[in-house]
Amino acid sequence: MKFKGIMLMVVMSMVMIFAAACGNNSGNTNSGGEASGDEVSGEVLMDGSSTVFPIMEAVAEEYASVQPDVKVSVGVSGSGGGFEKFSAGETDMSNASRPIKEEETAALEEAGIDFTEFEIAKDGLSIVVNSENDWVDQLTIDDLKKIWLGEATMWSDVNPEWPEEKIELFSPGTDSGTYDYFNEVVLEDEQMVKEATLSEDDNVLVNGVTGSKNGMAFFGYAYYLENKDSLNIVPIVNGDGEAVEPNAETIQDGTYEPLSRPLYTYVKHSAVEENPAVYDFTKYALENAGEMAEAVGYVALPEEKYTEDMNKLEEIAGK
Amino acid sequence: MQLVDQAKVKSKMQTRLAQNKILKGIFFGATMLALVVLVILLYRIFTQGIGYLNLEFFQNFASRFPEKAGIKAAFFGTLWMMAVIAPVALTIGVGTAIYLEEYAKKNKFTTFIQINISNLAGVPSIVFGLLGLTVFVRMLEMGRSVLAGGLTMSLLILPIIVVAAQEAVRSVPKELREASYAMGATKWQTIKKVVLPAAIPGILTGGILALSRAIGETAPLLMIGALTFVAYLPENFLSGFTVMPIQIFNWTSRPQTEFHDVAAAGIIVLLAMLLIMNSIAVLIRNKFSKRL
Repeated sequence: MKFKGIMLMVVMSMVMIFAAACGNNSGNTNSGGEASGDEVSGEVLMDGSSTVFPIMEAVAEEYASVQPDVKVSVGVSGSGGGFEKFSAGETDMSNASRPIKEEETAALEEAGIDFTEFEIAKDGLSIVVNSENDWVDQLTIDDLKKIWLGEATMWSDVNPEWPEEKIELFSPGTDSGTYDYFNEVVLEDEQMVKEATLSEDDNVLVNGVTGSKNGMAFFGYAYYLENKDSLNIVPIVNGDGEAVEPNAETIQDGTYEPLSRPLYTYVKHSAVEENPAVYDFTKYALENAGEMAEAVGYVALPEEKYTEDMNKLEEIAGK
Repeated sequence: MQLVDQAKVKSKMQTRLAQNKILKGIFFGATMLALVVLVILLYRIFTQGIGYLNLEFFQNFASRFPEKAGIKAAFFGTLWMMAVIAPVALTIGVGTAIYLEEYAKKNKFTTFIQINISNLAGVPSIVFGLLGLTVFVRMLEMGRSVLAGGLTMSLLILPIIVVAAQEAVRSVPKELREASYAMGATKWQTIKKVVLPAAIPGILTGGILALSRAIGETAPLLMIGALTFVAYLPENFLSGFTVMPIQIFNWTSRPQTEFHDVAAAGIIVLLAMLLIMNSIAVLIRNKFSKRL
């Protein structure tokens, strides 16, 4: 219909004029990354965890300046949703903020898809409380379990010296890998207390805790880092009996445990073998994942981990 | 003799007037509440986003630096998707409406169709997403493409278009049709030359409003796996794509507050687009209805 064409043109031109009128005031920032050899072209299809997304977005952004002919796309269906698409053969790589589950491995086997797991960065699940909360100096995993299962509803139930006030809980939504991880490590698969406020948007959790003196929440380290000034972090007692705060060092060397969690990307073997773009991108991702992870608020792995990953990749590619 | 007891009227007048005033106040308040919420929303969005709204915002792809992040991929993705939705939804929708209004006999079957169309308009959009995933993405193997997304969205807005077009076709005066038949025109000639031209403003208005709903929807697209990061523009209808609401959602869920401002800039663009489309709908209605 002629009308549609006119409409599209009108819309486009109006928006362009609108945009141009608003002037130009943005600066340029550096863009790192070195060339990785020959030019390749093709497509790299990726989906999965929204936690891993910022890292892959950063990698893909840099990669575009090295290999402009490779089309990299990243979706955010969540760790589980990503694996579902991965086993349907719709993606080449699947990002996850938790290791793959048994039933997901089974589904992939059934579909005849061989894959390898690459650890690309680490995140520290951060337990935070309101900035006016000056009584909580540390918590054990057992304390956390009691609080989040609803066995301890008052601060005084955890420690008699703490105020007799009700704890308000804020948790990520059940679809997120963050929830899965907390569920597995802290709750051990028991039902989280119903009074907890759940939200898929971690910023809602941040607002919840900043707005409530007795609030408590857990989420990825990046969200704590960004809201450092308005939140108090709770040191968590690790297996050695030490109370440790999450920071780049403790997350990387593993002393912040068990709440530091690895982030993964899973790569399909046949894609690496047949599609030079996937091989090249994965290689580039492993070379730069550490730097990119830190740029977006996560923690890089020790250098040797990436070398290990790289060797695995070369093996798959048969090079 | 007085027919009306003035004293009684006077005694009740005060309360009646007061009642009138109070109700007026309540209704005014209801109107203002909606307006105030809108103004607050617009104020927040504009103060947050205006700083990021510049030409580069339209020229850049998504980025990890807020100041370099742009909406190019999402903006063109939305345009591409509209290029699928508009022809598909309009032809099928108007076709259905003409069949139901002009050809179909009023029997149980047509009533059944009619009820279903009305019901479909109320189905949650995520359900259409599931349908799109199984039928278009998996069964017809279109993948996570513009085509699959556009077709899913077409299904979503079809009921709205059908109902609007039916309304428009129905409102064409019977006399016009009869005059046409009297001249010896066939049914199709009558529809083509008489009914459709008279109904076009109503159809287009409904169509554009339905389209603007489609560009604001996210859920069905997330379901079929529309992407979030793409650093290229769609080249054909089988390319991957992202759309503005998805991009905006992604920015708001970032930890960095700068990205929330970028999201606000994205919202301004989306709002401007919707506003333009709705104004076009109003323009068309005014222009054509004067002619009739």
